[in-house]
Amino acid sequence: MDVLYFAWVRERIGLPRERVDSSAATVMDLVEELRGREERYAAAFADISALRVAVDQELVDFDTSLNGAREVAFFPPMTGG
Amino acid sequence: MRVVVQDSPFDLGVETEKFAQGCSASGAIVTFTGVVRDVAGGLEVMEIEHYPGMTQSALEEIATQAVSRWSLEDALVIHRHGPLRVGEMIMMVATAARHRKDAFEAAEFLMDYLKSRAPFWKREVTSDGAAWVEAKAADEDALDRW
Repeated sequence: MDVLYFAWVRERIGLPRERVDSSAATVMDLVEELRGREERYAAAFADISALRVAVDQELVDFDTSLNGAREVAFFPPMTGG
Repeated sequence: MRVVVQDSPFDLGVETEKFAQGCSASGAIVTFTGVVRDVAGGLEVMEIEHYPGMTQSALEEIATQAVSRWSLEDALVIHRHGPLRVGEMIMMVATAARHRKDAFEAAEFLMDYLKSRAPFWKREVTSDGAAWVEAKAADEDALDRW
């Protein structure tokens, strides 16, 4: 799947998107996988209450299933308007 | 209903006029405009990042809700992204209804949802450096009233 990062999540991880081969069942499982990769991922995902997630461009909760997901995006709370 | 996401500026007067002309059954048209304001330390630029694949559909979903809930004749949302200077217009919403109460309420609803459910992120650059604008708890709480 494609994993996208926006705003300070993108800055902390150091890239806007990447291809991730993962068998994670839920968003939270994917977060755990990413956290285990490198310090910059652990730092970005340290506090998930400060993060929001979208699966296939729909805002969802972290316990959402990734079954069939093509695109997962992580970002801070939005500041539109 | 029209939803536009663009990096270029828009003309508030032209957009409002055009919107109003298409709403002959409405006695009330409300517009709201968000403008880049200066901050302590002097704002050099406000950069607005967005999620291209999701922004349009998220805004359309919010606008569709507003139209059905308040029986609007029409609704317009324009939201910019990219670098903006102090005084530039960031976004506008317009709502048209038979009476003003519905037009005002729908515009407030649109604004409350745009703030925390549309995938935009603001970053302020001042002489002190750059910082992401943090979402306020009050913005999230504002959704509860709807």
